[in-house]
Amino acid sequence: MNSSQLLGITTFTYLFSTLLYVAMFVFKVKRMGKFATGFTAIALLIQTLGLGLRWYESYQMGIGHAPLTNMYESVVFFAWTIIAIYLAIEWKFRIRIIGAFAVPFAFLAMAYASLSTDMTKNISPLVPALQSNWLIAHVITCFIGYAAFTVAAGLGVMYLVKETSSSKRTSDDKTLLGSLPTLPQIEDITHKTMIFGFIWLTAGIITGAVWANSAWGTYWSWDPKETWSLITWFIYAITLHARYTRGWGGKRVAWLAIIGFFSVIFTYYGVNFILSGLHSYGSN
Amino acid sequence: MGRDALLKEIPHPLSTMSTKNSPPSIFTLVWDFFASVKLALMTLCIISLASVIGTIIPQNEALSWYAKRFGPQIARFLDLFHLTDMFGSFWFKALLGLLSTNLIICSLDRFPGIWKQIRADNLAVPVKRLISMKRNASWTTSLPPIKAVEELTLRLPGNGWKTASRETENGTLLFSQKGAWTRLGVFVVHASILIILIGAIIGSILGFKGSVSIVEGQSIEKIQPFGAAAFINLGFKVRCDAFNIEFYQNGMPKEYRSHLTIFEHDREILQKSITVNNPLTYKGITFYQSSYEGYKDFIVTLTDKDNGRKKTFSVPFQKQTEWQEEEVRFGVINVEAEREQVTRIKIWFTDQDGSPSVFWMDAGSQVAVDREGKHYLLSAKQMYSTGLQVAKDPGVWWVYSGCILMLLGLFTTFFMSHRKIWIFVCEKNSKTSIYMAGSANKNKSGFDGIFSNLADNLRNIKKITSK
Ligand code: HEM
Repeated sequence: MNSSQLLGITTFTYLFSTLLYVAMFVFKVKRMGKFATGFTAIALLIQTLGLGLRWYESYQMGIGHAPLTNMYESVVFFAWTIIAIYLAIEWKFRIRIIGAFAVPFAFLAMAYASLSTDMTKNISPLVPALQSNWLIAHVITCFIGYAAFTVAAGLGVMYLVKETSSSKRTSDDKTLLGSLPTLPQIEDITHKTMIFGFIWLTAGIITGAVWANSAWGTYWSWDPKETWSLITWFIYAITLHARYTRGWGGKRVAWLAIIGFFSVIFTYYGVNFILSGLHSYGSN
Repeated sequence: MGRDALLKEIPHPLSTMSTKNSPPSIFTLVWDFFASVKLALMTLCIISLASVIGTIIPQNEALSWYAKRFGPQIARFLDLFHLTDMFGSFWFKALLGLLSTNLIICSLDRFPGIWKQIRADNLAVPVKRLISMKRNASWTTSLPPIKAVEELTLRLPGNGWKTASRETENGTLLFSQKGAWTRLGVFVVHASILIILIGAIIGSILGFKGSVSIVEGQSIEKIQPFGAAAFINLGFKVRCDAFNIEFYQNGMPKEYRSHLTIFEHDREILQKSITVNNPLTYKGITFYQSSYEGYKDFIVTLTDKDNGRKKTFSVPFQKQTEWQEEEVRFGVINVEAEREQVTRIKIWFTDQDGSPSVFWMDAGSQVAVDREGKHYLLSAKQMYSTGLQVAKDPGVWWVYSGCILMLLGLFTTFFMSHRKIWIFVCEKNSKTSIYMAGSANKNKSGFDGIFSNLADNLRNIKKITSK
């Protein structure tokens, strides 16, 4: 068994987790919930082993480094963090149905990582600029933030779905949407997930700046990646202020969670693959 | 921004007062404008949108580049609005200035109110208000009031809670609170943004950035900053003693390393070998490994083992070089290279006696050359120059301090709260009545649990003491 096999399996286990949560939601089989959670936890464990093994393999190749240093590894870690954060939320708030809105993102990330031809899956050695502990700190902090924002966007979708239901302020099993948590509950969890993401994104931007300063002597150079991370940060700052000082809530915050998520994806993916067409320096 | 949100704006108490009596003064108008969160939201939106534009239009290219790319008309338009160097433009800086002004005025505007809440005399709160609070509990006990107060005080939570009490006409009021200071968290967050911006300003005024390339064996003492005509005198000398590259087996670069020595008045001060991510700082000026260039020349060091004389030469390819004192002539006549890096060097070497020695050696190694009656050591390698980024940024510690403060402030704001608990003990119909109330400024649902647990706990005092 090697790490690519384990990570390959993870793609399918997350697909199965997704199906379990969605089935539990659509067919209203509450009993499946425990099974879905248990299975997802095992899937997370398999992925953890996959990541750990990949780390170990890099040492066997004599180029040992944490598996967090290229696009493929970061997408895999992104999926890992989404599941970890989701399970933490499920455990804290005791609401299983969120899984139907959060776990699919992890599956999509893993599917993209394994199917995409845009990125190499090889374990490659680190070029000099990447040989820094700040890089590891930077990747971890950023991706915890990104994953939290992803779950928040899932919650935003859930809010908008529940919004269309007749039973907005109650949670019961009479109708499909009725089984979702109440709107205030969803809103509360969305907000908490967003502030959690915000503090990690802040740390991510800071560690990135420290890394840049130790490698090039400039902590901020307004390059497209940095700028987009700042735009994302502003979007969430705007959301927090609108909510806290102007009483925004409900649908507006749900939409902002979704818009913020698109900004996250653009920061993460778009800057590399879309803007690089525009920028001569984007590709290197 | 939605319409109802605009309507929800709660007017500032001062501004409502002034509209009632007399028209507000210009000062009040300006102050309120800059103190408003609406302005903050708008500024943040505009800065975000501008930043999007700044990532779509490539920045800091030559005007001709834009003309070729977008046509001369658009290029002129971009230039006119400084969209080709947007983040350095006057109007973008003005936006950041607006944000800062907004932050300062808003904080000044709100600080007195928050300070009042921190320093409030919570024991002066009338009992009527306690009873009307959302979180409350009440019960009676058979203990006499004095005893009840004693027991309650003992059982109030310890860790970090500060308790005080006051006798009133009707009974005793106990008050306990935790985390009053956490109300300052949001000021720390906002102040940290200003501190970071101050750091950036200090860096741009008092610092500089440039790059310099130093050939192995040579030194520099001046830097030309980016975009400046004049050179800056470092006040010391930096010599590049050697530059090395290492590769992984697959050909990817593994390490760029420059051995640098700092001299002041020709006295050697310090030596350090720098790599990417591991720069050298001297007198506030930092040297970062950033690039290199390989030359066709070679660096050859010769030592005469018999008399200890030693000399280093820079030797052009296939040209004879002479060490006059020793009457030695030598040269590089051939090389082997891999990925444009010279790996082996063929040397031609002769002195007064005998026929020339011709041999291959590994680049960077040292070999013994034994001639008739004479013994030499020879080392040879390809010559490089190292490319260094040079930066002086006295603002960076402000920026880092601001970053740390921001994280601390965010943590305080998001995860901590100011919690208050009041307990009023009085005698009523020869029974002791206890009223309890509580409030928290954040995470209210979390506080609900704490409050009801505590209430349950305190209700039990009769049982415990009656044992
Ligand atoms: C990018 C810049 C900014 C960041 C990162 C930021 C951050 C924050 C955070 C984290 C909070 C706490 C929100 C909560 O508890 O949910 C907050 C509250 C607040 N912010 Fe900002 N802020 C920024 C800019 C501004 C500006 C320019 C203003 C100017 C008016 C402002 C005014 C306020 C106010 C009035 C509050 C509510 C404070 C209270 O009463 O507790 N913020 N801000």
